[in-house]
Order: sequence, then C-alpha cells, then structure tokens
Amino acid sequence: MKSLTEIQTDLNQKFPGIAVTIDGTSLVILKENWIKVATFLKTEPEHAFDYLSSVTGTDYKEYLEVAYHLYSVSKQHGPLAIKVRTDMEKSIVPSVTPLWRSAEFQEREAYDLLGIYFEGHPDLRRILMWEGFQYHPLRKDYVQDDQDRPVEQF
Amino acid sequence: MALAENVSQVDEGLKSELQKSGVFTTTLESLYNWGRRSSIWPLQFGLACCAIEMIATACARYDIDRFGAGLFRPSPRQADLMIVAGTVTKKMTPQVVRLYNQMPEPKYCITMGACSIAGGPFIDGYNVLRGIDRFIPVDVHLPGCPPRPEALLHGLMKLQEKIDSQKIEKTEWYQKGLKREFLIPEFGPNGLMPPYNPEIFTPKQTRKITTGK
Repeated sequence: MKSLTEIQTDLNQKFPGIAVTIDGTSLVILKENWIKVATFLKTEPEHAFDYLSSVTGTDYKEYLEVAYHLYSVSKQHGPLAIKVRTDMEKSIVPSVTPLWRSAEFQEREAYDLLGIYFEGHPDLRRILMWEGFQYHPLRKDYVQDDQDRPVEQF
Repeated sequence: MALAENVSQVDEGLKSELQKSGVFTTTLESLYNWGRRSSIWPLQFGLACCAIEMIATACARYDIDRFGAGLFRPSPRQADLMIVAGTVTKKMTPQVVRLYNQMPEPKYCITMGACSIAGGPFIDGYNVLRGIDRFIPVDVHLPGCPPRPEALLHGLMKLQEKIDSQKIEKTEWYQKGLKREFLIPEFGPNGLMPPYNPEIFTPKQTRKITTGK
C-alpha cells in the first residue's frame, strides 16, 4: 500500500482543493468530498479498496466523527483509516452503502446510537434500540429517565 | 430459615416398633416438601455468560441432577424454577417477565450473577435492567461474576431449604383467588414503562458515588 502522504498527494492531485489532511494515522476528509473520494479509492486500480471492514461513530462533544477502515482484498493491502467529521446539530454524512454493502448495518448502528444521518442509505432505521425510542444513547448529553444516580456525577 | 419440623403425634416407642416391621411414620408436610424439593425442574434458558456456568453445573463434573434439578424444561409450563442466568437487557425484560407469568404455581426464581441481581458492571448502561427483582419476586440472590458451579449448587440448596420450610396450609398458591400475574413492562420513548413494578419493588435512595477529588 502507498503511504498515507502519497495517498494524500494522489487525492489532492486528482481533486484539486479538497483539503485532505492527516490526523495521526488517518486521513481526514470533508463530508462534501467523501463520496467522490470513496469512489476514487474503490475504483482506481492502484488503490482498489474493495472491502470496508468497519464504520464507527464517535462523539467528541464539539463534533461527531465517523471512522472508516478500508482494505483491499485483491491487492492484499490495508488498512486505510479515514475520518469524516460532521457537526452535532445537522449531523449528516453521505452514505457509502451503495459502494460497500458492508456499511449498511454499521451505518444503521451509528444512526441508532449517535444520531448520525447517512444521506443515501437505502434503509436507515434503528438496529439495536426499539422502534419508538426517541434518543441516541451513546451521545455524551444523553440522560436516562430511570437513572438512579445524580446526573452531575457523570 | 427453619426447616418444617418433623413432629409426629406417634409415641416414640410405637414408632420404633413400627420401624422394625417396615412401617415409617412422618408428617404429610415433610413428605410433600421432600418430594417438591427433590424434583425442581428449571426452565432452560440463559441470557449471557452466566448461562455457561449453568451449563457447566448441569454437566458431569458438578451434576445438578444429584439434587433433582437436572431436568431442564424447554417450556415454562413444565418448569418450577427460573434461573435468570445473565444480563437482563431492557429489550429482553418483557419476555423474561412473560415467561415467569407462564410458569405454573408453585414457582421459584434464582437470580444468578451480578447483572441479574442489580445490573452488575452495566449498572449505568442505557440498555441494561438494574436487577430482575424490579419486575419479578426473587427467592435466592446468587452473587458472582459469574458464580462458579458450586455457588449455583449452594443457591439451589438454599432454595431447597426454603421449600422445606413452607407450610401446606399457609402457602399462597393454595389460597383462594390467587392472582400472581406480574406486570409486563412496555417499551417507552426513553426506557421501560414503568421502570419497575411498584407492587413488588421500592427503589433505594439515589446512589452517591464519591470520586477521588
């Protein structure tokens, strides 16, 4: 696999002005550019990331973040970690389910527990909590109503 | 817990005379309780890792069948004992209460492990019920995470002691008009509705946790 900086250079050459940055060992991509970058990484023969192993949401209080791990089965390389950030109120991220089917349930989980809306997901429903549950329990500001411990202690 | 006393009106001398000719005297209650405690049929279901220890208890090394409780029934209609083995999630709670309601009287319940007693390590979790005793009455609380098979056998022996101490004329399942249907909770917008059955459970005062500050 190419190094992270090489992939960053590739992306910046292919799509000028998309501002890909590196955070630790992962690429940070703006959510507006995420679909075209994902399509490029999957279809470009040099990269050929044909397998998406995980989609994970995280609440950083100021923003929400979705982390993706990409592998290539045909080229035997990976993982490539990608982070896409979105704000707390209008938490919309484009869905990659049309590209990688494995994203379907994991995007539903991130929607259920963190309230990240995946635009273009074919079936965005709750997957773990029951229908009619109104909150997103893994958000930091979630409070249970049958809690028997004072809220300020969390 | 006192065992039901095996007091008979028969004279001791007559009793030993009778025993020599192969006639034994006892009370009906002792005989009845002996029969009940020696054939407790548990309901066959497990919710989490405690179920693995329950299976180990049923296997050859520990062999719960030595206590007459080895016949795990796949249907609540044939079961006497519910071993709540494992974490009871909020989503699973209505089914557990419904199964307990479907068991015939007399019925007993053992909570196995820290999770089913009080939520265990998941006590602050959004998805775990903080103890099944919020919805059904529990006879034996069996702590551990998970309890070892010896502990489950000990809990079963405690339950046998409890059965031995019950009196036929006072037991509630022979009284008229017995209605032991326990409330089945529903899924609400933020947790179970209601969060506990107020008829059988009173929540303790709010927990205070002191931090290192």
